Amino acid sequence: MDAFTTLTGLVAPLDRLNVDTDQIIPKQFLKTIKRTGLREGLFYDWRRRKDGSQDPAFFLNQPRYQQASILLARDNFGCGSSREHAPWALLDQGFRCVLAPSFADIFYNNCFQNGILPVVLKGSEIQALFEGVTAREGYQLTVDLAAQQVTTPDGTTYHFEIDPFRKDCLYRGLDAIGLTLQHVGRITEYEQRRRTQAPWLFQDVR
Amino acid sequence: MAAQTLFEKIWNDHVVRAEPDGTTLLYIDRHLVHEVTSPQAFEGLAVAGRTPRRPGAALAVPDHNVPTTDRRVAIADPISAKQIQTLDDNCKTFGITMFGMNDIRQGVVHVIGPEQGFTLPGMTIVCGDSHTSTHGAFGALAFGIGTSEVEHVLATQCLVQKRPKTMEVRVDGQLSPRCSAKDVILAIIGKIGTAGGTGYVIEYTGSAIRALSMEGRMTLCNMSIEGGARAGMVAPDDTTFAYIKGRPMAPKGALWGQAVTAWRQLATDPGAKYDAVVELCAETIAPQVTWGTSPGMVTGVDGNVPDPRTMGDDKLRQATERALEYMALLPGMPIRDIKIDKVFIGSCTNSRIEDLRLAASFAKGKKVASTVHAMVVPGSGLVKQQAEQEGLDRIFKESGFEWREAGCSMCLAMNADVLQPGERCASTSNRNFEGRQGAGGRTHLVSPAMAVAAAVEGHFVDIRQWS
Repeated sequence: MDAFTTLTGLVAPLDRLNVDTDQIIPKQFLKTIKRTGLREGLFYDWRRRKDGSQDPAFFLNQPRYQQASILLARDNFGCGSSREHAPWALLDQGFRCVLAPSFADIFYNNCFQNGILPVVLKGSEIQALFEGVTAREGYQLTVDLAAQQVTTPDGTTYHFEIDPFRKDCLYRGLDAIGLTLQHVGRITEYEQRRRTQAPWLFQDVR
Repeated sequence: MAAQTLFEKIWNDHVVRAEPDGTTLLYIDRHLVHEVTSPQAFEGLAVAGRTPRRPGAALAVPDHNVPTTDRRVAIADPISAKQIQTLDDNCKTFGITMFGMNDIRQGVVHVIGPEQGFTLPGMTIVCGDSHTSTHGAFGALAFGIGTSEVEHVLATQCLVQKRPKTMEVRVDGQLSPRCSAKDVILAIIGKIGTAGGTGYVIEYTGSAIRALSMEGRMTLCNMSIEGGARAGMVAPDDTTFAYIKGRPMAPKGALWGQAVTAWRQLATDPGAKYDAVVELCAETIAPQVTWGTSPGMVTGVDGNVPDPRTMGDDKLRQATERALEYMALLPGMPIRDIKIDKVFIGSCTNSRIEDLRLAASFAKGKKVASTVHAMVVPGSGLVKQQAEQEGLDRIFKESGFEWREAGCSMCLAMNADVLQPGERCASTSNRNFEGRQGAGGRTHLVSPAMAVAAAVEGHFVDIRQWS
């Protein structure tokens, strides 16, 4: 996983509530056995009009947002299915950071597994960012993970909270499985104790 | 010791180690695996040269992509076929038990776990699927995870977690006749909203919940995620133990008695505190129908489509307008006037034997409307077999329903069972998102009884008054 330290990048606004992972990447793209190449499926249905042609009104079809690396979103972003294809598709499009007033739990967690920083800001702060990005082409933000801070072009800063463990893993790009395996002795001890207390939990599936 | 909730007891039983900041290495007892969210996890294991820590703790099944038509014919879609073959190959390579497509035990992952006695009270259970919350019906802590965490569990049998908050959803009283667990959970989501449970584990309590069968409790817990909660649970009781006893993977002999004794200790202690409490009165819950593109956009069948112009909040009004445009519904129109084209009875929410018995009891002697195409997709091969032994398949077929093989089918339309653009479906599944059942398709979530009545009448009817 790529580390996330500081990101300065173009912002793309998606002004909808409750964006679910079925919209982020529809089911026909879940048949892949790879993590890569999912950009084609990102917001597939929303990018198109009923006749199948590209909808120029959809934000990701507009030239000004093509190089965006920061997605600005509304409440409950990423709700629904647990599909990790959603962050994979966002990453494939070039997004490394999503800003929203709130996220669905599983999506939020999946972002951290893939080097994407999900940032929760206040509703009023998100609203101010929406106003900024729609008013001016080339609108950029700087997201500083160490400082837990988002800085706008006029120098306004917004602080965000983040779990210290997740922050550290993302900042250093750590392999989560490798970290857990450092505690393999503890896992073995747990299993031995538990096997005595509740042996039915250790009957093999067959 | 301080009074504890059901969730707290299970959580504490599974802590391998905890950091001072609360970051916890949580032990996972059981792991369900399906074809869609696992290939990249197995690939990750192979690339890192790792092997599953306890292959015997996992059970795999293909369900999302499988055809529900004749299984002797090869899968028409080569990409689906490859994904299913990949699961088969991975399970062989890594020593994981799999119920293949032609195994009678194959079915929707959240149907087969309980059916086999794989799902037991007090366990932690995960799956790369958000509807893993279903298994909480047994008093287990069960939640959906992404593919990276599927790999993590395979490699370590643990997950790194922060302890969620707890929410009690108490439903007291008696449900109206013909109202079901599906109506209860839709009413709960209507009340708390689709993000109301974010950050929480829900425990469902109260006399109306106690009165539910295991199938009903599974329907209830299944849709916890639609209320934003990763997990929902019901304390295990005699109903739970009676359901589990004798199932193939359930404890046997002396172990059974030992297990039941432990399971009886799991219920929330008197005086234990939840972080939030929500209360509903069962008598006030009407049969529910969703009208929008989010499960929280729901009302009673005796209600009307809302009018966005009456909504004060700008964002809510815009979302409602957009939903009504997508759903092609007029503000204020009665729910009963909504005409449907398709009916889907199935999914991990409502495809168990009790659902099919109930649906068949309403279908018996009736005919599906000439304007409606209706299908029944059993949750597993064993549910299908049981239904056929009871003659339910004949009732459905005589009424004009198609009778299919087991799988996820039109709940998410990854296989060939897809709504055409503009088609409107009364569905017993769990998500009414845009395009969920097919691009441009329109989904109304209902109970199995409501789905049958809609199939027969061609529009929604109040099942409480339907003859």
